[in-house]
Amino acid sequence: MNLVIVGLNHKTSPIEIREKLSFPSQTIGEPLARLTNHYGLAEGVILSTCNRVEVLAITSEIEKGTWQIKRFLSDYHSIPLEKLDEHLYVHQGEEAVKHLFRVAAGLDSMVMGEPQILGQVKDSYGYAVQHNTAGIIVNKLYHKAFQVAKRVRTETKIGESAVSISFAAVELARKIFGELAGKTCMLVGAGEMAELAARHLQSNGVREILVANRTYEKAVDLVKCFCGTAIMFREFPHYLKNVDIVIASTASPNFIIKPEQIHDVMRERKNRPMFFIDISVPRNVDPEVNTIDNCYVYDVDDLQGVVVANLHERQKEALQAEGIIAEEIELFYRWIKSLDVVPTIIALRKSFDSVRKAELAKAVSTIPSLGEKELKVLEAMTSAIVNKILHHPVTHLKREANKIEGDLYIDTIRKLFDLTIDEEAVKKAAQSNDD
Amino acid sequence: MTTVLYSAYLFARKERLLSVAQWVLVTGYVFHTATIITRWAASGRTPATSFHDSLIFFSWITVTLFLILAIKYRQRVLGAFVSPFALLLLITASFLPKQLVPLAPVLESYWLPVHVVLAFLGNAFFALAFLLGIMYIIQDRYLKTRKLRGIFFVLPSLDTIDELNYKCLQYGFPLLTAAIITGAIWSEYAIGSYWEWKHRQVWSLITWFLYAALLHGRLTAGWRGRKAAILSGVAFVSLIGSYFIINILSGGAHGLAR
Repeated sequence: MNLVIVGLNHKTSPIEIREKLSFPSQTIGEPLARLTNHYGLAEGVILSTCNRVEVLAITSEIEKGTWQIKRFLSDYHSIPLEKLDEHLYVHQGEEAVKHLFRVAAGLDSMVMGEPQILGQVKDSYGYAVQHNTAGIIVNKLYHKAFQVAKRVRTETKIGESAVSISFAAVELARKIFGELAGKTCMLVGAGEMAELAARHLQSNGVREILVANRTYEKAVDLVKCFCGTAIMFREFPHYLKNVDIVIASTASPNFIIKPEQIHDVMRERKNRPMFFIDISVPRNVDPEVNTIDNCYVYDVDDLQGVVVANLHERQKEALQAEGIIAEEIELFYRWIKSLDVVPTIIALRKSFDSVRKAELAKAVSTIPSLGEKELKVLEAMTSAIVNKILHHPVTHLKREANKIEGDLYIDTIRKLFDLTIDEEAVKKAAQSNDD
Repeated sequence: MTTVLYSAYLFARKERLLSVAQWVLVTGYVFHTATIITRWAASGRTPATSFHDSLIFFSWITVTLFLILAIKYRQRVLGAFVSPFALLLLITASFLPKQLVPLAPVLESYWLPVHVVLAFLGNAFFALAFLLGIMYIIQDRYLKTRKLRGIFFVLPSLDTIDELNYKCLQYGFPLLTAAIITGAIWSEYAIGSYWEWKHRQVWSLITWFLYAALLHGRLTAGWRGRKAAILSGVAFVSLIGSYFIINILSGGAHGLAR
């Protein structure tokens, strides 16, 4: 079992790179299939959010697998690897498990401890299951990751203080508008993050919420949750003059809010300030809009800068969360190793036992005068020989399996004795550990 | 001292420092008031006829307005901008001759206190508008560059600053207008002519037009925010410019004394 994660996030790469590398969820089946069909990876999951793009894969050879994922990212998005490589991080084996657990628990997020990422990790796993690129290891790994995230959430206060992108947006809005009572907000695109920000704004007094979405029905659905007004997507520019806060989160590859347009809007609204929160990647609001007087544009990266100041509190909680993760990794690894070692031991025993039985039968057939009692003695003796010979190898194997080089032992044993692993036994072992 | 404390507050952002700074300011203000009263008693008229006195009076009235504003709108942070400004005025005053200059007899009139108080109240409102403008520009800068640190966290929101700036202009402008009118009436009584087209009067008129344009722009063309803040700065520089230049050029009392 070799686990590799290759990816990039907000810490290692600017938004300009991330937006080029993103995988839209509507068409994620195709890259997933390519990953397992053309790049020789056994199992694969692609996580693509506005802050990170990560490929997790199970591979037979760790270095080769890592290289294949890098090539896949570069080929798929037609970006030369030399350009991409400096932004990529690689986690292998235990480090990869740790990374996944940390990501799911929100510890690696831009806003530490934010809860949205868990949903996104769940989605990414869901896509892998849907497209048959998730196997036994990935299944177990992700279920464990969800468990860990839940434990972190319930046992630490990491999610308690309202430090998140959406809250940062509210804080900024307060610094611009003072009181938010009576202000109007518009969602352009109805993403989860946008919805959350809108909810925060509403609980802080924003009076009216307009929702424009390409699928009108979705806007109507969303509007029901917070008594807003759904508007047709193509008509949203006409409403801008009455809107104070715009939250953009569409999947549009181009800027949908442009400076020329906002110049006119500002004239119409007599320069009352406007606040643009652009949480979409690629960006929806032209950064030039920020140069217009009384317009303030914050994209995902900018919001990050805002929340950094508020994060110190969460650092303490994070420490505790890291402890939980370390614990869970150990448990998970014990399971993974046992998964390898148990069937190996079973196979080893089986192979020895079949030799013993065959030889015993051969010997017994040459001595016809053997009675019941003698047969029992011979049976017991040969079994004892096999057990005694296997005693040390099995004990060592069990012990070594929990260490890093455990794979090597298992591999050697399998090769030396030409063992074939029984799939049924693997599944049984997996179930017995799956509480 | 107040200035130092306010600056310390801005950097350290400790609530207690702000309270201490405020108390020191109030104490200073009490002494300031006492000084003005004694000088008023000594000269027998509004202590704003010499350049020295008028600066002290200006400083005092600005702080008075700030204290009212701080109580009414709970915007104590503004003190961090008002106190250095008041200090600057006082330092300038301390370099000027302190003796009481006798006023030309023609100017002795009841119109003197009326005109002077109106003019300085107006000036003080404009000074506050100017300081609020500076605050606005600083805050706007933080928000535009998205580098949020330091005093960003203690300054009020843009809308609040803008609102206060507008209020100050709204109060300042009628006062300035009234000051110009009373000045003209006084001039009529004193020297028999409403309007002399002297430096001082011309400058006042220019300043009046600047503020009129600013207010008009705010009301109709939607000038607000940074633009309005910059303009209130420009208008104030013109106001201060007229005040300083004329006082230096003509040796006080708008050159009417000669």
